[in-house]
Amino acid sequence: MPVVVRLPTVLRNSAGGQATVQANGSTVGEVFEDLVRQFPLLAGQVVQDDGTMHKFVNVYRNDEDVRYLEKLDTKVSGDDVISILPAVAGG
Amino acid sequence: MLRLSELTYFAMVGHSLDDLPDEACGLLAGPLGTGKVMVAYRCRNDAASARLYTVNSQDMLRADRDAQSRGLDIIGVYHSHTHTEPYPSPTDVAQAPDPAWHYVIVSLSEAEPRLRSYRIVDGTVTEEPVALERR
Repeated sequence: MPVVVRLPTVLRNSAGGQATVQANGSTVGEVFEDLVRQFPLLAGQVVQDDGTMHKFVNVYRNDEDVRYLEKLDTKVSGDDVISILPAVAGG
Repeated sequence: MLRLSELTYFAMVGHSLDDLPDEACGLLAGPLGTGKVMVAYRCRNDAASARLYTVNSQDMLRADRDAQSRGLDIIGVYHSHTHTEPYPSPTDVAQAPDPAWHYVIVSLSEAEPRLRSYRIVDGTVTEEPVALERR
């Protein structure tokens, strides 16, 4: 069952301009793999080449930041909404 | 150009003063592509530092959801420089998340707060005018 993935403005151009897309997977990592299959331009923008999450994005399962869950291994089910937002920092 | 209501202008300057000695940070919402700020969201600075800021990730999510519920998007970020000029630091430039965003800096290094806005695209910083509007 696909889950809903919400994209930040900066990634929408890589996904045909859509703010919300659907993707399949039983973990956050699998959902992102499916997302990249659908939208190859997203490759490297959320998950880095070394397989870890990019430090400039925050990923949430519903209300929870997956960094404080099991990161890319965080389980997802059909009712979940995955949100990707910029991790905003500076000096 | 960044268009601010007096309310959002004073909200950003007030927040910057409130959070001294640390840097303050927050997010700006408006209609995409207009530069018009409708809401300024105060966020917690997880770095709790006078030299760095990290927008609390729950505050980021809360601001984004509230913006969506109003039919708006997050179109920028503001933060304070407590002791330096209102110009993006190398860290600000390196970590700028979105070339479409407006980057507002409130400097408190002089007696009067100074608010400036910038675009940061591919590492190039360009100051933009800030228009204050009554409403």
